[in-house]
Amino acid sequence: MTRSSAATVAPGRRHRTRWIRPAPGVGRLGRGGALGLGLATLWLSLLVLIPLAAVVLKSFSHGAGNFWSAVTAPDALAALRLTVETSLLVSLVDVVMGTLVAWVLVRDEFVGKRILEVVIDLPFALPTIVAGLVLLALYGPQSPLHVNLAQSRAAVFLALLFVTLPFVVRTVEPVLIELDHDMEEAAASLGASRFVVFRRIVLPNLAPAIAAGTALSFARAISEYGATVLLSGNIPLKTQVASVQIAGQIESDNTAGAAAVATVLLVTALLVMIALTLLQRWARRRG
Amino acid sequence: MGIDVHHITKRFGDFVALDDVSLSIPTGQLTALLGPSGGGKSTLLRIIAGLEEPDSGTVTIEGVDATALPPQRRNVGFVFQHYAAFKHLSVYRNVAFGLEIRKRPKDEIRTRVMELLELVHLEQFADRYPAQLSGGQRQRMALARALAVEPSVMLLDEPFGALDAQVRRELRDWLRRLHDEVHVTTVFVTHDQEEALEVSDEIVVINQGAVEQTGTPSALYDQPANEFVMRFLGPVTHLGGHLVRPHDIDISLTPEPATHAATVSRIQRVGFEVRVEARTADTTDADEVSIQLTRGLADRLDLAVGQQLWLRASHDASALDLTDTPALAVS
Ligand SMILES: Nc1ncnc2c1ncn2[C@@H]1O[C@H](COP(=O)(O)OP(=O)(O)OP(=O)(O)O)[C@@H](O)[C@H]1O
Ligand SMILES: [Mg+2]
Repeated sequence: MTRSSAATVAPGRRHRTRWIRPAPGVGRLGRGGALGLGLATLWLSLLVLIPLAAVVLKSFSHGAGNFWSAVTAPDALAALRLTVETSLLVSLVDVVMGTLVAWVLVRDEFVGKRILEVVIDLPFALPTIVAGLVLLALYGPQSPLHVNLAQSRAAVFLALLFVTLPFVVRTVEPVLIELDHDMEEAAASLGASRFVVFRRIVLPNLAPAIAAGTALSFARAISEYGATVLLSGNIPLKTQVASVQIAGQIESDNTAGAAAVATVLLVTALLVMIALTLLQRWARRRG
Repeated sequence: MGIDVHHITKRFGDFVALDDVSLSIPTGQLTALLGPSGGGKSTLLRIIAGLEEPDSGTVTIEGVDATALPPQRRNVGFVFQHYAAFKHLSVYRNVAFGLEIRKRPKDEIRTRVMELLELVHLEQFADRYPAQLSGGQRQRMALARALAVEPSVMLLDEPFGALDAQVRRELRDWLRRLHDEVHVTTVFVTHDQEEALEVSDEIVVINQGAVEQTGTPSALYDQPANEFVMRFLGPVTHLGGHLVRPHDIDISLTPEPATHAATVSRIQRVGFEVRVEARTADTTDADEVSIQLTRGLADRLDLAVGQQLWLRASHDASALDLTDTPALAVS
């Protein structure tokens, strides 16, 4: 969280002139640095940028009009809305619960802590279709808990909650472990209540990690396929999520339509990442 | 008044960190808690601040029983060895923290913070972040932050411990001057005897969870209560079954009554000072004695290795008789 001083007032000169100096390292790459930057750019281009560009190009291959009609087709629109809305909601829950779980794991001692540590990673480790099976067994028509969520939107919500659980927990946990405990004690002896210490000292220091975890959660949620498809029943206009809709389009040979929906997902993901970054900056400025 | 600590005991598991410690720290003074590593200094300071809970005993701060009060309500300023700077806040916001959470008016906060930043010579760094400050500057910021809420006592846990010798010395002198300006009851922990002797009004020597001695720097230096205190506060040497300071030994070139004969085995000049090692010829306990003398005196005596000397402790020297006080365990 170091901030480099971009603007430094030259000592001894108290005129209005502000000497803007680049932060150390910026603009002056050594040969090794330049090579690294080149390699990273190439790698990202090959793996990410070029395929993404291809998807975007494909989606407009039959013109903007076709793009628009593909995206606004009732089943596409319903799938997109369901996916984005549920993902936002899930991310919100993840922020609160993920932070809470990380807090408990780091700050509290209790029996079964080790086991919980492993359990949290399970959604990571399971192939998502297996997660889907587990959810179907637990909350399907034959639910041992007598909770039948099959073919409902709640099923999508639950499935996304399940697969995104670890992200915020795992990004926040190491930061919380490294957090300088003296800061909290200093704040307490300055008169800050436990809530104020959390709100003004702990939370701002966790914010970047929470934001990163949330971005991962959201990205995972809008792209989830396997975990949702079994329990939700995949009913168009009702419980079908965007990724499944895309797969369906491809199966019926409408690649351009699939690419159009994919492009919307891509843009949404980008917007959310940007929003999170801006939110973080704003929060920092406000302290 | 000041701080009163009554019969404080603190255990960590089976380990007794503080063993029935009682202590009275006078108002308005600068008191040093001095002792070797692991002696319990930090634990005691943290108990006074309410950051640690004692197993038994009471703490009274400025006449108020604080034993059951949480740190928030003790009105103490605490300064940590590793600064505990709020990394995400600017220097200004760090210092303003205590006032902001007390919901003081903005103007009042600004005036007070700028005043404090001036006091600690950081006024031009108000907009920087802690990561952009040197260690010494961070610690001065931490001091200003603690002073901002006008604490009734200031507690500093090895405030200069993480700094290099030069900065340490500067800040130590600066702390003394600051204290003379602000006059708030201050306790600071150190394991550096020189720091304690130079800066403080009172020294409390703590070892293995117990107070060895309390007193002014000169009282402790001149009348140490026991071998531990004497050894901890400065160099010592043996002479005729006594513990004396090397600079408290008189040298005579001819036999005198009540002296110990010795032979010079080594002479070393260190700047202004000359250190002489001599071997006493006592039949009972032959000792290697260290003597410290000024260059002028050494020149006048014209000492040489192998020379015969007669030594005795100066009449006003602090000397501990090792034969009747049972030697204390020295860790
Ligand atoms: N939280 C803790 N848990 C267990 N033992 C502790 C704890 N805090 C301190 N101790 C033990 O208590 C003893 C006193 O510790 P303390 O930190 O008070 O020593 P100190 O005099 O400040 O030493 P130093 O000069 O090295 O800082 C040490 O032996 C330490 O190991
Ligand atoms: Mg300590």
